[in-house]
Amino acid sequence: MLAQLSFRERNLALCAAGLVMLVGLLVTAVGWQDLIAVHGVIAALYTAGIIALLLKHRKAPAPSPERLKEYYDDPTKIGILLCLVWGVFGMAVGDWIAWLMAYPDATFDAAWASFGRIRPVHTTGVIFGFGGNALIATSLHVVQRTSRARLPDQFSPWFVLLGYNLFCLLAVIGYPLGITQSKEYAEPEWYLDIWLVIVWVAYLVLYLRTLARRQEPHIYVANWYYLAFILVVAVLHTVNNLAVPIAVGSTKSYSLFSGVQDAMTQWWYGHNAVAFFLTAGFLGMLYYYLPKCAGRPIYSYRMSIISFWGITFMYMWAGSHHLHYTALPQWVQTLGVGFSVMLIVPSWGSAANALLTLNGAWHRVRDDATLRFMMVAAVFYGLSTFEGSFMAIRPVNSLSHYTDWTVGHVHSGALGWVAFIVFGSIYSLVPWLYKCKGMYSKYLVEIHFWLALSGTLIYLISLWNAGITQGLMWRTYNESGELTYSFLDSMIAMKPYYIARGIGGFLFLTGACLALLNVVMTIKQASRESSRSDASTRAAAVDLPVAGAPQS
Amino acid sequence: MIIKTHYRIEKNSIALVLAIILVSGIGGLFEIAPLFSIDETVESAPDMRVYTPLELAGRNIYMREGCYACHSQMVRTLKDDVDRYGPYSLAAESQYDHPMLWGSKRTGPDLARLGEKYSDHWHTMHLNNPRDVVPESIMPAYRWLLRTPLDTQDLSLHLNAMRRVGVPYDDAMISNATQDALAQATPELSTSKALMERYGEETNVRVFDGKADTVTEMDALVAYLQILGRLTALPYQESSSTQ
Repeated sequence: MLAQLSFRERNLALCAAGLVMLVGLLVTAVGWQDLIAVHGVIAALYTAGIIALLLKHRKAPAPSPERLKEYYDDPTKIGILLCLVWGVFGMAVGDWIAWLMAYPDATFDAAWASFGRIRPVHTTGVIFGFGGNALIATSLHVVQRTSRARLPDQFSPWFVLLGYNLFCLLAVIGYPLGITQSKEYAEPEWYLDIWLVIVWVAYLVLYLRTLARRQEPHIYVANWYYLAFILVVAVLHTVNNLAVPIAVGSTKSYSLFSGVQDAMTQWWYGHNAVAFFLTAGFLGMLYYYLPKCAGRPIYSYRMSIISFWGITFMYMWAGSHHLHYTALPQWVQTLGVGFSVMLIVPSWGSAANALLTLNGAWHRVRDDATLRFMMVAAVFYGLSTFEGSFMAIRPVNSLSHYTDWTVGHVHSGALGWVAFIVFGSIYSLVPWLYKCKGMYSKYLVEIHFWLALSGTLIYLISLWNAGITQGLMWRTYNESGELTYSFLDSMIAMKPYYIARGIGGFLFLTGACLALLNVVMTIKQASRESSRSDASTRAAAVDLPVAGAPQS
Repeated sequence: MIIKTHYRIEKNSIALVLAIILVSGIGGLFEIAPLFSIDETVESAPDMRVYTPLELAGRNIYMREGCYACHSQMVRTLKDDVDRYGPYSLAAESQYDHPMLWGSKRTGPDLARLGEKYSDHWHTMHLNNPRDVVPESIMPAYRWLLRTPLDTQDLSLHLNAMRRVGVPYDDAMISNATQDALAQATPELSTSKALMERYGEETNVRVFDGKADTVTEMDALVAYLQILGRLTALPYQESSSTQ
């Protein structure tokens, strides 16, 4: 894989890795007394590993110029594996902390294993590790195919992928040690935030350079969504993480905003991380892999346009619905409700566009679990966007907020929509990438589908019940006008639901493990077959770019 | 017409980029920017005091342990919230909270009005192992707090960073941060008087964790929990005037 890099690219990669290593060592030296040294050492080791690999292949012969006539998919291949490994890890941690809510002493009495410290390991692991790698891997695949052009160079996709994974790794190691800025879904501290900005700018530049080389006059819908994802996440991340560190050699910083302004900024970020990370990016995935897999064009071009601009415009107003009845001024809350309800239109536009695309291919949905994953994803996308708008309405929110209903809602989107579209896309993408007929085992895909669906449903139904029970118990008054239940009563009532949730999560996790196994076996099988025959090269002939890369 | 315009935009990646930034930027600008300039957003609370260094250290432990994942600090303007927890939260109360810890989930109860509701001894027992005091509790046990001495060395840096983001700490507060933190949990020290002069007579100066010989992380966290909802009397005055 590394032998595909030109000599210039190998040297460039060595320089970049060396530079990051140097920064890591410098941070270790300056912050010797502080936990930041741990991060410095890990960054240095990570890059040392990359450098060792590069040096091993340094003397490899120059790659054949023929490679530039093909698409460059190596980063996508590694990205898919990273995505699945992060997925299994993040979901395993998630299920562990789910059981902690029923059996709180399952922490070995260790500080690092306490619920509050490992919850962000779960959220970062699944959102950024699993979701982020899926987005990077698929976006690089999709932008090349829809532009009919090869990536402009072979260094920047690796910089983006490996740099991004360094960010995730450091973040996830930091939380158990107590390194967090406590902003939900933006827990990494100031120096990691700066690193992510660097990686993200490289991602945007890579994407735009590829689009600039396109051989199609139009930019395909999937790319609008991927672009919105990259652009808006950059803005959200930068503004939400503005902070003043206490010293250069310290992990600790204090956020620039406080109180009510900070609350609005955090939920403007938080809600739009959902919108542009967990929705826009994955809609990009949906708009490419679903029609490809179904063998049918997208149902409506106009609906795509309306949905895209609707989502891009309206989501940014909706964050304040996380702060109903709080000290946030009422006018902002009202705006939040209004736009949240209107969001139904573009959201259902996308969901309907996806489902109508399947019209005429329903027999394939029935027979093919891969396509069924995508269909269910579109259904859950419709359901959870409806639920979201519903929960944003003030009276509903007064019942649902702070309860497990919210957690259930998030997982309806995260499991039912995001994970389902990822698995569907990966099951269709892996055989294309490795030029084989299908996945190693169709049977495992089928089992995975039913495990994932039953796990999701158990999870959602238990937490939906839990949340409504909680919300009602908190507001029940007895005849003499006193609150009927203590908080403790409501907590005790949650136990059966928490256990059910743990079981649902376990089923989902088992499915993810099967996916990893199936993908690894497919890759192994493909490499055995390609060494036996050249049938694969013939199969690949149709999947070639019009624009190869410039000689470098 | 619209389709035609869109044809042009989707043929030009830079136009698409600019359009996305423009369209997505409007919402944030309209909702967030005014919050910094409209005076009524944050009420004026003249008696509002800043966190002492010990309380700030406790707040950082609260964040480090992820307490905010299960506890909110925001009493909503709902009858049952107010009946259960106390007067609803005002924006002024968290004006020195960088970042805010309003929270989004109540696996455990809201903590905005927790200060002085329970004794220090109760908090210490409860944090050490919640099930010793509340058998049905599902809160994690934080046993390491009691055995970990508090790191007070760099507290001046903390206060200084807080001042740079707008919290009114003065020079004396910053330079005496370490000394003040130790003094607050060690009443017999002569420096505790200076601490009260800087942060007010109401400041809690006592051995929070029951161990007089060392200042532990437990001291800091309990000191912080005991000040929740008590930095200003404004919410209590507002609720009595409306009744």
